[in-house]
Amino acid sequence: MSNRMIAAKALVKCLELEHISTVFGYPGAAVCPLYDELSRSSIEHILVRHEANAGHAASGMARISGKPAVCCATSGPGALNLITAIATAYMDSIPIIAITGQVCTDQIGKDVFQEADITGAAEPFVKHSYLIKDAEALPDTVKKAFYIAATGRPGPVLIDVPFDIQSAEIEFNDDDYSKTVDIRGYKPGTVGNKLQIKRVIEAISEAKRPLICAGGGLFSKNSFRLMIKMAEHCDIPVVNTMMGISTIPSEHPLYHGMIGMHGQKVANRAMNECDLLLLLGARVNDRAVLALESRELKVVHVDIDPAEIGKNLPATIPVVGDIKVVLKQILEQLPQKKHTEWNNELKKQTADNRSSSPAPVDRTSAVNPKSFLKILNRLIPSDSVIVADVGQNQIWTANNIALSGGGRFLTSGGMGTMGYSVPAAIGAKKAAPHREVIAICGDGSFQMQMMELATAIQHGINIKVIIMKNNRLGMVRELQTERYNDNLTAVFLDGSPDFIKIAAAYGINGDYLTDEKEADKALITLLASKKPYILQVEVNESAVSLI
Amino acid sequence: MINKKHTISVLVENHAGVLSRISGLFARRGFNIHSLAVGITENPTISRITIVAEGDDYTLEQIAKQLNKLVDVIKLRSVKNEELLSRELLLIKINCTPAQRPELIAIAEISEAKISDVSQTTMTLELSANQMRISAFEELLKPYGIKEAARTGVIALQKGANSLTG
Ligand SMILES: Cc1ncc(C[n+]2csc(CCOP(=O)(O)OP(=O)(O)O)c2C)c(N)n1
Repeated sequence: MSNRMIAAKALVKCLELEHISTVFGYPGAAVCPLYDELSRSSIEHILVRHEANAGHAASGMARISGKPAVCCATSGPGALNLITAIATAYMDSIPIIAITGQVCTDQIGKDVFQEADITGAAEPFVKHSYLIKDAEALPDTVKKAFYIAATGRPGPVLIDVPFDIQSAEIEFNDDDYSKTVDIRGYKPGTVGNKLQIKRVIEAISEAKRPLICAGGGLFSKNSFRLMIKMAEHCDIPVVNTMMGISTIPSEHPLYHGMIGMHGQKVANRAMNECDLLLLLGARVNDRAVLALESRELKVVHVDIDPAEIGKNLPATIPVVGDIKVVLKQILEQLPQKKHTEWNNELKKQTADNRSSSPAPVDRTSAVNPKSFLKILNRLIPSDSVIVADVGQNQIWTANNIALSGGGRFLTSGGMGTMGYSVPAAIGAKKAAPHREVIAICGDGSFQMQMMELATAIQHGINIKVIIMKNNRLGMVRELQTERYNDNLTAVFLDGSPDFIKIAAAYGINGDYLTDEKEADKALITLLASKKPYILQVEVNESAVSLI
Repeated sequence: MINKKHTISVLVENHAGVLSRISGLFARRGFNIHSLAVGITENPTISRITIVAEGDDYTLEQIAKQLNKLVDVIKLRSVKNEELLSRELLLIKINCTPAQRPELIAIAEISEAKISDVSQTTMTLELSANQMRISAFEELLKPYGIKEAARTGVIALQKGANSLTG
C-alpha cells in the first residue's frame, strides 16, 4: 500500500517510533514544515526562550531518562545558538539529537538569508552529523542518528534538514522504519577482552591499597550498581570525578568524595596513595587528576572509548568495553577481599571532614554555603535531582551535596557552561515529573538563563531554583584575589535586579534567605511548593570555593 | 619521545564532507600533516585517504584512535615503513633552452622520469617514485631553474598479500 507524506511528517513519525514524547525547541521559517507536523503529533513541544537552552534541556532529559532527547532550531542564527549546548553535551557524553532547519538545497553555499553551515560549524562538537540532501534518506538517517547518539560513548548527533527536503513527498510506512542499523564505520565494542579482564582480576587480588575512581560513564544503564557491588565485594574505597557524583550514595562507608583541583583532600590523597587505581567510566581530564606522582602505580582504565585510554594517564591495563558488561565480566570471577587498614586510614579522615563544622562567616547577613547544603541534604527526598551550574556554587554543591541511593547530581563538567542548570533542570523534570529537581546557580549564571523561568511557567514544569547570591562572578573573583593580587575587575554584578521580583514578574513565588537559622523554614517552603519556586541565598562575597 | 613520519591508510565513505571532517580533526588536535592524498578505491562507495603525518608514538596512537571514532571512517591502518609500498607523482617544469635539451633528456632517462611537455624555453618532466627519489630528482634539476612543480602527496599500499578492504 502506498503511503505518501511529506518528509517532515515522516520525521515526526520517526521521533514517535523512537518513543520521543517531548521536543525542546524554537521555531523559525526554515523549520515551519516540521513544526506544522509536530503540532498534529503526540509529541509535546516545549518552547524555550533561547536555543542553547533547548539543547541543555534535552541534555538534562537525556541524563535522567538514559535515552537520547531531542532539541530543534531553525536555520542560521537558531542553529548557531544551539552550538554551545551541543558542545556541552559532547564534552559530557550526553546523547542528544539536534534537528535544525536549513535553507533550500539549491540555495546552500550562496550565503542566502539565514544560511549557516551548521554541520561544518558544529563538526568539532558532534559525535556525528548529517546534512540531508535526499528526502527519501531522512527516516533511515533518523534511525542511524539515534543509534549513534545512544550507543558506544554517547554524544550529540546533528541532523540538518533543508526546507525543501522537509516539504518533499516521500513514501513512508511505520514498518519500514528499519529495526536494525548497520553502519560499516561504526561498530562500538561492548565486551572486554578476556585476557585483560583476567589481568584486572589479578591486579585487584594483588593490590594492597586499591581505589575505584568512578566517572559519569557509570550512569550508563545504571552500571554504578555493579561498581558498588564490586567495591563492597573487595572492600575497595571509592572516589569520583565531578561527573561521577551520585554514582554511589554519599553516606556509603567506602565513599570519600570528589577528586581534582576542586575536590576533597582525602579523595586526592587516596589517589596519591593507592597502589591500584581502577578508573571506571572516567576520562580523567586535566582538572580531575592532579599530577599523580610517578611511583609504583597500576592503572586499570575501563572505558567505552579507546581514544580516552592512555590519553591523559597511561593505563597499565586498558579495558575497552561497555562498562556494565565489563563489570559483569570482572564480578563473575572476582574473589572477595578485605582492606581494613587502608580503609580505616581513609575513613578516619573522611569522618573528620564530615563532622568538621564550617568556618564561621564574618558577616551576619550571609549564609554559609556548606551549612546551607547540609540542611538541604537533610530535607530533600532521597531521589532528588540536583543540577549545579558553574562557578563557586558548583564546587560548593559538588563537595557538599549528599545524595543517598536514587538521587542524582548533574552539572556541566567538561565544558563548564554557565547557564546550564535551569534549562537542564527543566529537561530533567520533564523526564522525571515526580522527582524533586533543584537547580543551584550563582547570581551571574542565573542572569544567563533567567528567561527560562517563562518556559517553566508556560509548560507547568515545577522546578526549584536556588541562587547563591554574592553579587560577584564569585569563581573569577576568587581567582583574581588569589592570583592577581586581589585586583578585582569585571566581576561585580552591580545592576542586577531583585531576583525575587523578577520571579514574581513571571508569576513565580520566591524568598530571600539571609540568615542560616531560617534555612530550614525557607527550604521546607521551597520543597512544598507545587509550582516553580526560587530561593535567593545571600552568601559571603569573599567566601572561597573549598569550604 | 622521538618524532617520526608515519603513513596511515584510511578507508572512508565516499561522500561529501568526509575530507573536511578528517582534515578538521588533524587541525583541531594539533596533528601535523605532511601530505594527504585521496582517491576512489576498487569499491566506488569507498575512498582511500593516504596521510603522512609526523609525531611520536603517543601522537600516532591518538591519531589512529581519533580517526577511528569518525563514523565515516571504515577502517584504517598505520603501515610500517619497511612494509610500505609508496609512490608520489611529481610534475616539474624546468627552464630549458633548446641547447640544454639533450642534457635534461639524459637526466630524465637515468631517473626513469618521463618528458611530458616541451616548449622553446621549458621542459616539463613527470616522475612517479617514492618520496626519497622524488626529492633527489628535484635537487638534481634545481641548477636549471625550477619554474613550477606539483606533487600529489604520497599514496601507499602495504607490501605482500595483506590488504585493507572495506
Ligand atoms: C558561558 C561561560 N562564560 C564564562 C565562564 C567563566 N566563568 C566560570 S565561573 C564564572 C563565575 C560565575 O559566577 P556566578 O554564576 O555568579 O557563580 P559563583 O561563582 O559566584 O558561584 C565565570 C564567569 C563560564 N564558565 N561560562
